[in-house]
Amino acid sequence: MWFTAHPSCRRTRKPGQKVMRRMVTYFVKRTLSMIPVLVGVSLIVFLSMRLAPGDPARQMLGPLAPEENVQEVRRELGLDKPLLVQYWIWCKKAVVGDLGNSLKSGVPALELVSERIGRTFELTIAAFVITLVVALFAGITSAVYQYSTLDNVVTISALFWLSMPVFWLGLMLMTLIAVRIPGLPISGRGGPPWTWAGLTHLLLPALALGLPRAGAFTRITRSSMLNVLLQDYVTTARSKGIRERTVVLKHALRNALIPVLTMVGLQLPWLFGGSVIVETVFAWPGMGRLLIRAVFERDYPLVQATALVYTLIVVLANYMADVSYSLADPRIRLK
Amino acid sequence: MGYKLLSKAFRKNRLAVVGMVIVIAFLVISAFALWISPYDPIEQNYQSLLKPPSLKHFMGTDHYGRDVFSRVVHGARYALLIGFGVVVMEGAIGVLLGVASGYFGGVVDNVIMRFVDTMLAIPAMVLAIVIAGSFGGGLVSLIVTMTIVSWTHFARLMRGEALVEKEKVYVESARAIGASHIRILLIHILPNTVSTAIVFSTLEIPWAILFSASLSFLGVGIKPPTPEWGSIIASGRDCLRSAWWITTFPGLFMMIVVLGFNFLGDGLRDAFDPRLIRKR
Repeated sequence: MWFTAHPSCRRTRKPGQKVMRRMVTYFVKRTLSMIPVLVGVSLIVFLSMRLAPGDPARQMLGPLAPEENVQEVRRELGLDKPLLVQYWIWCKKAVVGDLGNSLKSGVPALELVSERIGRTFELTIAAFVITLVVALFAGITSAVYQYSTLDNVVTISALFWLSMPVFWLGLMLMTLIAVRIPGLPISGRGGPPWTWAGLTHLLLPALALGLPRAGAFTRITRSSMLNVLLQDYVTTARSKGIRERTVVLKHALRNALIPVLTMVGLQLPWLFGGSVIVETVFAWPGMGRLLIRAVFERDYPLVQATALVYTLIVVLANYMADVSYSLADPRIRLK
Repeated sequence: MGYKLLSKAFRKNRLAVVGMVIVIAFLVISAFALWISPYDPIEQNYQSLLKPPSLKHFMGTDHYGRDVFSRVVHGARYALLIGFGVVVMEGAIGVLLGVASGYFGGVVDNVIMRFVDTMLAIPAMVLAIVIAGSFGGGLVSLIVTMTIVSWTHFARLMRGEALVEKEKVYVESARAIGASHIRILLIHILPNTVSTAIVFSTLEIPWAILFSASLSFLGVGIKPPTPEWGSIIASGRDCLRSAWWITTFPGLFMMIVVLGFNFLGDGLRDAFDPRLIRKR
């Protein structure tokens, strides 16, 4: 008697190889897809400042400077060249990290931005944590108790927070809360967030930025959770006699989180955009206030640098969200 | 779907009805602002500076002695103008490009959608501040800026709608009898997708109101002394503790209007969604 294995049992290639190759293809594709976006973004940022009325050279020297000097500065800055050539020069410099000097202070624009980038992150991350904690808690509770009074309260108040102007909420928090709690600071930054002063300074701005977004997230979490709770595997889990809490938190929540995570990427531009407003309200020394000041002073290089860095953050964060998301859910990278 | 079925689904939703009442009230206030407001919204009156709310001045007066209530009522006109103006403009551009992108596919779709992706990567508020700041503010500049940053919302939505619609049999039969692309787009696909765009508009108007007020608050939108909600709130910032009414009332008013539009938009969306009707 002799025995040979059935052809399907012979292992000619490791089973993981195909999946690995698909994953690598996905990463390469996703990385390459950032390039057109970055080129487009740089073009939009560049043009939105260059097509604006007003002459940066005149802005630098003031209204009383003689015309020859203005022309000289124009030549120095390359403003006399055609627009496309200017863009090309700007791009070449931008690639090596030179986004020009601030017209007001003469300091490299990127240096000014990088000084403040951490503080904007601090605020945005704190707000985001508030958003997620509130939204997950409220969304899950209202889905589990669907059509109850609690559900109605959560649904209506989610819309209520969503309809709140961020800057007005900030001002109301200042008048209503900060005045009643002595020692709670209402503006500025107190230091690193792990110190008491830093934390207390961070509290109100983060609430003002996070709560309106929590309204939006609560709605997404609720509807996603309701969808999952109707699935067969949840019924199966219940019929096996598993505790309701385990069913909700272990079986349903994991799957309900996928659409919520997708929304995280889409909400980032909102959060960063909102941070500009909140920084202005609470005098938070981040990139947003730098942007507003630069816009008012018509400091073109600084405006371009700030806008570009904001966009880079969002593009990179989205990239990381997509990649980590594909690691978590194989269906996505196989598409 | 029949009109009766729609209106029944809508009326059953109490929040949507509340939303509609708020929106109608907002429209009436904007239309009759001249008659409703007891004082001139811009005229300064140094006899009554920073007066708290009273029977004479419902919402008090600001640091120029102007009646806050009159300013808020007139602000409703600006909010209405901006809300509808922006949505009509962004809708026109977004719907056309979106439907064309979905219908033609291929290169057209690729070019339009890559552009949309690029626009969406830039935080709208940052782009709007840069553009509005360089234009120098004002009503027209604000509407143009907001149209530039928001037409992508419609374009994305309508592309999806057109993708679904173009596969339907009636489009195929129109093509079979020799209808041109333009005819199919304008006579067949557009009317069948327009309800989605209208429902989406009711959710886009509150966004436009909030966004424009934020820009005015930051100082790159409508400038004082024009009674725009964002700039009224900004003007009350300096006397927040002594005169809370200057910031509180306009914000409250704005929030109620935005809430009304959101209730209405949600209700309309549910009413237009046939799956939800069957469930009821």
